[in-house]
Amino acid sequence: MSERITKNMARNIYLGGAAFAILIFAGLTLDTVQRVPELSHSEKITESVAEGKNLWEVNNCVGCHTIMGEGAYYAPELANVFDRRGMKDEAAFKVYLQGWMAAQPMQEPGRRKMPQFNLSEEQVNNLADFLIWTSRIDDHEWPPNIEG
Amino acid sequence: MKYNSQMVAKNYFIFALVLLAGEILFGLILGTQYIAGDFLFPEIPFNVARMVHTNLLIVLILFGFMGATYYLVPEESERELWSPWLAKLTFWIFAVAGVVTILGYLFVPYATLAEITYNNLLPTMGREFLEQPTIIKIGIVIVALAFVLNVGMTILTGRKTVISVVLLTGLIGLAVFFLFAFYVPDNLVLDKFFWWYVVHLWVEGVWELIMGAILAFVLIKVTGVDREHIDKWLYLIIAMTLISGIVGTGHHFFYIGTPSYWLWIGSIASAVEPLPFFLMILYAWNMAAQRRIDHDNKMALTWAKGTAVMAFLGAGVLGFLHTLAPVNFFTHGTQLTAAHGHLSFFGAYIMILFTIISYAMPIMRGRPNGNGLKAQAVELKSFWMMVIGMLGVTSALVIAGAMQVFIQRMAGADSLSFMDTQAEIVPVYMVRLAFGILTLLGLLTYFYSFFVKEEAA
Repeated sequence: MSERITKNMARNIYLGGAAFAILIFAGLTLDTVQRVPELSHSEKITESVAEGKNLWEVNNCVGCHTIMGEGAYYAPELANVFDRRGMKDEAAFKVYLQGWMAAQPMQEPGRRKMPQFNLSEEQVNNLADFLIWTSRIDDHEWPPNIEG
Repeated sequence: MKYNSQMVAKNYFIFALVLLAGEILFGLILGTQYIAGDFLFPEIPFNVARMVHTNLLIVLILFGFMGATYYLVPEESERELWSPWLAKLTFWIFAVAGVVTILGYLFVPYATLAEITYNNLLPTMGREFLEQPTIIKIGIVIVALAFVLNVGMTILTGRKTVISVVLLTGLIGLAVFFLFAFYVPDNLVLDKFFWWYVVHLWVEGVWELIMGAILAFVLIKVTGVDREHIDKWLYLIIAMTLISGIVGTGHHFFYIGTPSYWLWIGSIASAVEPLPFFLMILYAWNMAAQRRIDHDNKMALTWAKGTAVMAFLGAGVLGFLHTLAPVNFFTHGTQLTAAHGHLSFFGAYIMILFTIISYAMPIMRGRPNGNGLKAQAVELKSFWMMVIGMLGVTSALVIAGAMQVFIQRMAGADSLSFMDTQAEIVPVYMVRLAFGILTLLGLLTYFYSFFVKEEAA
């Protein structure tokens, strides 16, 4: 590093640079918070969607699955599972998910295991509503294809 | 050791190392479950093992940071700790809370854990890395406050150095950003957006300040280079860290329902993120070249150089590999992310802990000039075993991630499903597991180096 940079100059770069970065980030955060409701259709977050999200959390689904690419990479992406398994038909997807959740854990030897979470029929429907809502978020057409 | 109260660091370091062994062990369980899906099912399902793996990592790093702080702050401040008693008390509170949490994960179904800890009163559970019950999160805040108070009082009433002030800034940032863990809105997009305020602003923000301060402290001690010079480098490194890292949070806001300007803002800012890590390499090598003393503890400098290089590879190179939005479109949520995560955590945060532990532990054990030659030779072996182990693990994960991209996402109509793709990757996961075992053997070798007997000189 050039000897021409003094300790004081370095400190000013640090303080000035950090302040500048924080200001930009804070500004962008404000704008993002204002625009997310539209991008995510937040008016469609019903009680059932919110309860589904809570069930998603208290059963630690993200410990195996990804949702919009975030989570563990052990089990399939679920932000587009409605498109993949429900053929974009809400009623069909709920029937499918009820069957899927009831069938766990599958007895196939060596296959990755999904635990049995003992959810009620209503809870599975909540979860389905949450996943349906999530599938409609404007996330710049991610993932690249239906396989997630 | 100049001040008696520095000794409180010892328990923190030992506990951090024990947790690290547990962390790697659960990593091996996860690695096995990637190959044999029914391994340890239903006793330890994947999600439980993963929580234990990641939570142990975070807690052990926090213990390590606290130990490092308690060791270096009295020496920097030229006074005893404000309250050694408080430091000992918070150790036990934090250790017990940590153990209880891990046992809770292992022995209580997660949904039951949420119920019996009244998660419904203030729901914060079930988000990656922040799975701790709300009551435990509140405990973490209390421990953090007591810790910052203790350290802050010591620094403010003693000699203020650049190192101690930067360290304190990092620690306060760590505590403040953790508060976002209590914000869990119903809107998943906002939830994810502010979740990164904890996760990204920790690991690619304030934690780097802590790492920089610890590295600077050890470099001063083992090279004897003039403090003015060290300070200048430290400022430049953390300047680059914050300038790139804060706005660089945007590289997580590409595909989670946030506005499209993040695609280019996040790409540009995070493309600069390797720079501070590259500076760290130059820093470590320059200081070593300009050293005025030849410290007998060679391993401390070896770890210092090692952490700079491995952090650059993990955070810098592997991060850059998939940080540009058009690339990330295909790599987001694949094993490439896991590769980057593993090597950056190991390179930056585990190896900086080895750096300070390898410097400070011998002193606390009555060997001011470092361990003997035989112990250092064993430690050097453990260094290479762990470094090669982690490079192997992460190289395998890079290949696994690339396979996911090409087989599952870019093969057009022939694209395989997630599960079929995973089956194709199994041989790579076997290589990953083998290198994981090497890493654990490296850590055990490191432990053994503590017990190597030296012939009386």
